[in-house]
Amino acid sequence: MTAHVPVAGFATASATLILAVDDMHCGACLRSVERAAMRVPGVDSARASLAAKRLSVTYDPAQTGEVDVISALDRIGFTAAPIETAKQDRGDARQKYLLRRVAVAGFAAMNIMLLSIAVWSGEGGDMDPAVAGLFRWLSALIALPTVVYAGQPFFVSGFAALKGHRLNMDVPISLAIILATGMSLYQTMLGNEQVYFDAAVTLLFFLLVGRYLDESLRVRARGEAQNLLSLQGGIATVIDADGTQRKVAAHALRPGDRLLVAAGERVAADGVVFAGKGQVDQSLITGETAPETVSPGAQVYAGTLNLTHGLQIEVTAADSATLLAEIGRLMMAAEQGKARYRRLADRAAQIYAPAVHGLGLATFLGWLALGANWQTALTHAIAVLIITCPCALALAVPAVQIAAASRLFRRGIMLKAPDGLERIAEIDMVVFDKTGTLTLGKPQLIDGEDVSDDLLARAAALAAVSRHPFALALVAAAEQRLGGVVPASGVEETPGEGLARTSPHGNERLGSAAWCGVEGDVSEGAEVWYVRGDDQPVRFGFADAMRPDAAETVARLKRRGFEVALLSGDRTGVVERAAREAGIDTWRAELKPAGKIAWLEARAKEGRKALMAGDGLNDAPALATAHASISPATAADLSQRAADFVFQGARLAPVVEAIATGRRAHAMAMQNFGVAAIYNIICVPLAMAGFVTPLIAAIVMSSSSILVTLNAARLAGRGRS
Amino acid sequence: MTALAWLIPAALVLGALGLGAFLWALRSGQFDDMEGAAYRALEDDPPDGEIR
Repeated sequence: MTAHVPVAGFATASATLILAVDDMHCGACLRSVERAAMRVPGVDSARASLAAKRLSVTYDPAQTGEVDVISALDRIGFTAAPIETAKQDRGDARQKYLLRRVAVAGFAAMNIMLLSIAVWSGEGGDMDPAVAGLFRWLSALIALPTVVYAGQPFFVSGFAALKGHRLNMDVPISLAIILATGMSLYQTMLGNEQVYFDAAVTLLFFLLVGRYLDESLRVRARGEAQNLLSLQGGIATVIDADGTQRKVAAHALRPGDRLLVAAGERVAADGVVFAGKGQVDQSLITGETAPETVSPGAQVYAGTLNLTHGLQIEVTAADSATLLAEIGRLMMAAEQGKARYRRLADRAAQIYAPAVHGLGLATFLGWLALGANWQTALTHAIAVLIITCPCALALAVPAVQIAAASRLFRRGIMLKAPDGLERIAEIDMVVFDKTGTLTLGKPQLIDGEDVSDDLLARAAALAAVSRHPFALALVAAAEQRLGGVVPASGVEETPGEGLARTSPHGNERLGSAAWCGVEGDVSEGAEVWYVRGDDQPVRFGFADAMRPDAAETVARLKRRGFEVALLSGDRTGVVERAAREAGIDTWRAELKPAGKIAWLEARAKEGRKALMAGDGLNDAPALATAHASISPATAADLSQRAADFVFQGARLAPVVEAIATGRRAHAMAMQNFGVAAIYNIICVPLAMAGFVTPLIAAIVMSSSSILVTLNAARLAGRGRS
Repeated sequence: MTALAWLIPAALVLGALGLGAFLWALRSGQFDDMEGAAYRALEDDPPDGEIR
C-alpha cells in the first residue's frame, strides 16, 4: 500500500490519506467506496484494497480534508477512520524488502541449478573441463551478488546476536552461506570440482520464503489490529467557543474540547457531561446491562453508547483516579508478564543453534584429526551445516501459521497477536465473561406471551420513538409477533423515567414503575410498565438474551475436556441464572477487574492455562492476564487491543473454532518438526561421515522444505469447502 | 559448443527480464491487493475511479 503517486504534471499540492473501511467485503463494495470518495471535490485519486480493507486517497488539502471523505463514505453506509500512515508503512516496507530478496534468490537459484546440473551430470564423462570451469565462473558471477544482496536479513540479525553475545538461528545460517560461498569461490579459482554455489543459494531461497511468510502473518495481524483500533476511535463533533460545530477525528481531541454526542452515537472520549440529560449504555465498561441516567457533572467514558438524548461533554485529561486509569495500570502489569512468552520456533532455536555449531565444528576437527586436508574437512563441515539448517523452524512453522490464520480469517475470526495461535493451542480451561460475551449484551422481552396483541401493539407504538434498549427490545418483539409497528405521534420522552402522550383513550405512559404510578413491588429493575388512563398497569420484563449457541458451545467445550468458568461483574442472581442456562458449573459474580485477575492468577499458579473470552472494558486486564484471549467484535476498544483474537457475528462457535485451529496448527508444526528430526537423524551422520556432497545436501534439504510446506497447506485447504 | 555461447546468455537475460518484471510489478503496487484485483478484472466500467 504505497501512497499512489499523483498523475504527472498535477500542479496543486496533494496529501495522502489512508482510511480503514469496515464491512468492505466484495467487488461491488470496492467500487462504491472508490466512487464515493472520487465524488468528493478535491479528491485526485482513490484506490481501495479489499485484502487490507483500506482506502488510499490523494487529495488537495486546500479543497477538502479527511472528514469530508469519511462523511461521504458514511452516507453510503461504510464506516471509515483514518490510520496514522507512519505506523502502517513500517511492516509493509519490511515485507517488500523480504519479497524482493525472495525474487532475486529464486532467480539466482534456478539459473545456478541449471548450470550445476549440467556440470554434475557431465562430470567424469564427456564434458570439456574448460566448459565446466566456465560454468563454475558463471555460477560464481550470479551467486556472489545474490548472496551479498539476499543474505542481508540473516547477516544483519546474526551479527546483532553475536554482538549481544547470544546465538540465534541466523548465526549458523549466515555461517553456512558465507562458508559455502567463500569455499566455492576458492575452489573455483583453483579450478577444482568442489564448488557449491547451488547449495548456498538454494538454501538462501528457502529460508527467505520462510521469513517472508512469517513477516506477512505479522503484517496481516498488525493491520487487522490497526483497522479495529482506528475504526473505534471514529469521528467526534466538537463545539467551538463561538458555538460552531466541526468534525474531528477522535484521536485529535484535546482535554477541554466540548463534544456534542447525538443519541445513538458512541462517546468518543472520556469526559464530564456539562449539558443535557439522558441515558447511556455503560455495558462495555461495567458489564451492567441496565442503562445509566446521566446529568451535568456525571463522568462518561469513551466507548459508552448515548441512548436517548443529545449530550454535551467536556473532554477531561486522563485522571489517575478514574476507572479507566485503574484498568490501564492493571493491563500494563499483565502485559509485561505476557511479553515473557517465547515462541515455539525461538524455544527450538535455543536448543538447535548450539547443536548445529557443535556438529559442524566436530566434523571439521574430526576430519582433520583423521588426517584429511583442511579443504576436505571444511567441505564436510559445510555439508553438515547445510543439512542441519533449520528449514523446519524457519519455513514450516510460519507456513503452518499463515495457513491457520487464513482459515480463521475466512470464518470471521481475526488473529491479532502473531503468537496467539501457539498460546491458544496450550489452554486447558475457558473463562467467559457474561454480558456481551455469553449473552448478546442486548435486553429482550421475556414474558411477552402473557400480553395481548393489542396491548403489545399500543406499547410498541409508544416505544418506537425511543432509543432506550428496553424500548428497542419491545419494538423488536412487537415486529416479530405482529409484523410491524406504527409509531404513535405526539410522544414526549423524559430521560430516565419514560414516555408519555395524550391519546383519545386517555393519557398513555410507558416507563419505570414510578412513572406509571405503580406502588410497592420493586423488582430488579429490568422492566417497564405500560398504563393507559385508569386501566391496570401492565409489566414487561426484560433479560439479556444468551447468544443462540451459548449452551451448545459450552457443551462442546466440556466434551473436549476443557473446564468452563463464568466470571462476571454483574449481580449474583443474574449471573447464577446465566450460568445455569449455559450449563456452566463454576461461576463468580460481582467481581471487580482486579478480582478477575486474582482468580485467573490463582488458576495459573495451579498450572492451568486459561482462555479468557470477554468484551467489556472491565475484562481488558483479565484478557491481558490470561494465557490466551478472544473478544467479540462488539467489544470495547481496550479489550480488543488486549485480545489475541477478535470474532464477528452473534454466534459463540468461533471460540471453539479458534481453539481447534490453534491445536491443529500446533499438531502440524509438531509433525513438521518430526519430519525434520527424522531427516536430520538420517542425514547428519551421513554428512559427518563425508558421504553427502553439499549438492546432495541442498537437494535433500529442499525436498524436506517442500514436504513441510505442503503439509502446512493442508490446513488452509480444508477450510475452503 | 558454440551454441552455448548464445544459449546461456539468452537464458540468463530472459530470466533477468522475468525478475525485472516482477520487481517492477512489486514496486508499482500490483501485489498490494490480491483479493480486490480478482474483482476488478470482472468490472465492466472503464477504470475511471483509480486515476483521473
